[in-house]
Amino acid sequence: MRPRPRLRWTEVVRARAVVLALALAAPAAAEPVPITPAERRSGITFAGPQTQGLQADDTANPGMLFVLDGAQLWQAPAGSAQRACADCHGAAEHSMRGVAARYPAFDAASGAALDLSGRINACRTRHQDAPQLASEEPGLLALAAFVGFQSRGLPLAPPQDPPMAAVRKEGRRLYETRMGQLRLSCAECHDALWANRLGSSPITQGQAGAYPIYRLEWQGLGSLQRRMRACMSGVRAEPFAPGAPEFIALEAYLAERGAGLPVETPGVRP
Amino acid sequence: MTRTLVNVPKTARRGDVVEIRAMIAHPMETGYRNGPDGAAIPRRIIHRFTCTYGGEEVFAADFHPAVGANPYVAFSTVAIESSTLTFTWIEDGGAVHAATAEIAVD
Amino acid sequence: MPHRPISERRPMPSGVPSSLPRRGVLALGAASLLVLSRPRAALARPSLEAALAAFTGGAPVHDGRVRLDIPPLVENGNAVGVTVSVDSPMAASDHVTRIALFNEKNPQAEVAVFHLGPRAGQARVATRIRLATSQTVLAVAQMSDGTFWASRASVIVTLAACIEDLT
Repeated sequence: MRPRPRLRWTEVVRARAVVLALALAAPAAAEPVPITPAERRSGITFAGPQTQGLQADDTANPGMLFVLDGAQLWQAPAGSAQRACADCHGAAEHSMRGVAARYPAFDAASGAALDLSGRINACRTRHQDAPQLASEEPGLLALAAFVGFQSRGLPLAPPQDPPMAAVRKEGRRLYETRMGQLRLSCAECHDALWANRLGSSPITQGQAGAYPIYRLEWQGLGSLQRRMRACMSGVRAEPFAPGAPEFIALEAYLAERGAGLPVETPGVRP
Repeated sequence: MTRTLVNVPKTARRGDVVEIRAMIAHPMETGYRNGPDGAAIPRRIIHRFTCTYGGEEVFAADFHPAVGANPYVAFSTVAIESSTLTFTWIEDGGAVHAATAEIAVD
Repeated sequence: MPHRPISERRPMPSGVPSSLPRRGVLALGAASLLVLSRPRAALARPSLEAALAAFTGGAPVHDGRVRLDIPPLVENGNAVGVTVSVDSPMAASDHVTRIALFNEKNPQAEVAVFHLGPRAGQARVATRIRLATSQTVLAVAQMSDGTFWASRASVIVTLAACIEDLT
């Protein structure tokens, strides 16, 4: 039998508090209505002044360590093709400006939507003859952070082509589907209860423009999918597999419901 | 891959007090955590940081496990000459990571 | 203004709540005592007092001259920004030689020791520290004349409602 990890009592108390708080909150919640464009707020606006300061100062933002790492990887020959990202795309400051703001996007070659990490991996297999990087692998996070950083300050502008409309529709369906033992959907917290608190933590709108983020809880950089897995664990649902089409669809819908918010990569969150 | 981020003003006037910031990517593993298998994760931290300016040590720090992951430190020095600032981080086990920055003083 | 040594002014918490009035301890029920006796590992750590004495060599520590900036309420204890500044001319004849940070309730009392001198120009350092729980943080500065000065602050660490995978 796999040894059961010992829980600190604080974790047990917190887990019970979440269950209780959500159980109390859910029946009282109004039917979730999507957030209007005028009401859209980045998660950073819910964070404390110290966390906001960390994100705003590039000499203190720990996410910048990963951006620097990504800048080196961008120039480094990879795979049996010994080709660097820069060999095709040139200077990322120009070629990647605005790219992250348009992802997830439809990939005609595979006939599926890809998020930015998926696009980086597709490039690796198609053009660099390199193996795919696993989800949350430091190199993949660093490249995603570096490419995302090139769009910092630009508004999220999800592509409006018909294939992506279908993906977003599926994403919205998942977003509004009750999941897990707590029978909660994303919308029931992040559309209906944002600006309230769960325990001592603010419930944010679940906006996704800052990813990959440096999360103080993680003490490192992590992807939007990692954050969604944490939410799914929170409602006691079995998380989708890393890179699953369900996650890509959710990312596509999140981009649509956050359209116009600026890219903040690398964001910092508690 | 060693990733360091140091911030030193490129130029300064002689006698100016300049602020210096230094950060290194490092987990600062405390030695107090257990892995998913229940086994203790051994301590591995940066325990010493130094900054030399023109070869002379102007600042140093001893870190314990309570210093946060990706340790960050901000301090100051008086700009006395155009020279190189050298930053070193020493890890448990003796591995040394280094970075440098130039300052032009007039 | 005369400064009384901190060590004379009030006892440092040493894990065991020795500052509780004896009658109060006796009044505690058996259940409470059981709870108190549980986190043995946490109580076994060397006290803040012992760590401070190791730093000062037992010299008295005075209140004042040190400013400790730390948020009173933090969202996550993994990276709490701390800035310590000391009232000092930072001259060859009169400067800060060391600044130490200590905590009350982490597994170890020591956090960091910064070594500086007149070439710093000003006595001001900042870093990011881990706080396992709500507690007191202490900053102590050693001057070139051998005296020690200190400031303390209490920090409330709130805990995230949702935590990632319990594995």
